[in-house]
Amino acid sequence: MSFISKYIKDVFGAMKSLLTGMKLTGYYATHHKKEKITQQYPDNKETLHLPERFRGEVVMIHDENNEHACTGCTACELACPNATIKIITKYDVMPDGKKKKALDTFVYHLQLCTFCNLCIEACPTAAIKMDQTFEHSVTDRSKLTKILNKPGSKIREGVE
Amino acid sequence: MGLSFENITNNIHDWLYNTFNPTIALLIEFTIIGVLVIGLFSVLGLVLILMERKVSAWMQLRLGPNRVGPKGMFQTVADTVKLIVKEGMTPTGADKLLFNLAPFIVMIVAMVILAPLMFAKGFQIWDINIGVFFFIAISSVSVIGILMAGWASNNKYSLLGAMRSGAQIVSYELSAGLSVISIVVLAGSLRVSDIIASQQDGWWIFKGHLPVWIAFVIFIIAVTAETNRAPFDLAEAESELTAGFHTEYSGMKFALFFLAEYVNIFVVCAIGATLFLGGWMPLHFGTGTKFNEVMDYIPSSIWFFGKTFFLIFVIMWFRWTFPRMRIDQLLNLEWKYLLPISMINLLLVTLIAIMKWYF
Repeated sequence: MSFISKYIKDVFGAMKSLLTGMKLTGYYATHHKKEKITQQYPDNKETLHLPERFRGEVVMIHDENNEHACTGCTACELACPNATIKIITKYDVMPDGKKKKALDTFVYHLQLCTFCNLCIEACPTAAIKMDQTFEHSVTDRSKLTKILNKPGSKIREGVE
Repeated sequence: MGLSFENITNNIHDWLYNTFNPTIALLIEFTIIGVLVIGLFSVLGLVLILMERKVSAWMQLRLGPNRVGPKGMFQTVADTVKLIVKEGMTPTGADKLLFNLAPFIVMIVAMVILAPLMFAKGFQIWDINIGVFFFIAISSVSVIGILMAGWASNNKYSLLGAMRSGAQIVSYELSAGLSVISIVVLAGSLRVSDIIASQQDGWWIFKGHLPVWIAFVIFIIAVTAETNRAPFDLAEAESELTAGFHTEYSGMKFALFFLAEYVNIFVVCAIGATLFLGGWMPLHFGTGTKFNEVMDYIPSSIWFFGKTFFLIFVIMWFRWTFPRMRIDQLLNLEWKYLLPISMINLLLVTLIAIMKWYF
């Protein structure tokens, strides 16, 4: 008789799981005003709220002294799966006469970027981050190639 | 009660038969009914598709259509206009006659099922004495239209979809029929007006104890499958068969299939409301109580459409909650679960009917 009890158990288990699903969607249908997650984007441009982890584009963090934390180590360039980042380095002459590798230009090809976040994870000094801007359309392709370090910026003291 | 549907139809009927000779009066009545049915169909198509889109949006935490008209109310009107102006292509390899005939067959079947439905007290096209049998018989014909569309399209997806649909409708007709029969056994008549009259002192779902509940649940599951709705929408399974049997259809011919789907939902829900929830009968408990009198103030058409739309909402609720089944799961569910359960259930209902255990 075990197959009959299994049969009945199956029927009730199925009913229970279906009702569990219907309870959730029923809750959503009756509370959609509170729970809805759609944002009517062009209408709410001023009050638009993006999730914290939204990935718009790569930017370099500059502080108020126009200093960044990029050492020019090219870890991000190596981590990038589709050659979005190109780092051009130069050699700074230190006070003691030694030469030290430093960042000259951080070239970022937005048109190649898939926003995979691997460069940010690879950066040992947290010099770059993902920004929340997402209105990237431009009239010319060359405008998508960006230089991320601001003109005249230099590396912050103490960042190795 | 001056302005009930019953009085209006009776007055028109009397006036026509007094003014014209009976043949012409009958023809005029046919025309009026045809226009009314087509009007009902267009309104139903617009309302139900909008309702489906809104319900699905709410269940998925979206907003749904909200641009055309106030709160998006004219979205379906705009869609219909688009479909009307679109070109209705017929593929080169298709069987031209069957291809073009199929959407009309599906549509006509949906129209014919409306005949014995009672929309309000005394408002019915044809009070045929085998009304419920008529529902079951005609609703099986729609599978011919679907098979025709799938075969004539000369497309493997269409054919697969049509074949699945055939297997599905033929299977699920059984348990839908058995659960309908359990109400026929209780009411003791196949005539729709008799079945509604038998629910004068309470709907069958309250009077018939647990077996009627089981029959009701089985009926709802079976008609969901019969109308090819999710979770049983294998006939059109977007992810596997692009659009199933109507893959090759476009423009207004596609719109007819789409409309037929929604009209079929309305029809099966109306049948369910008639059999289990008392059709136009207001919520009554016992006879001659104060509660019944209060309920009688609500017009019968509102009761009918309220119940029908509640069932339609439940079926939409299913669609936006459950994932689609595989074809073997679908047939297992019918032949291993629904059919045996509804057979045993029918025995129980018959016992209740014979012993007069219902209230």
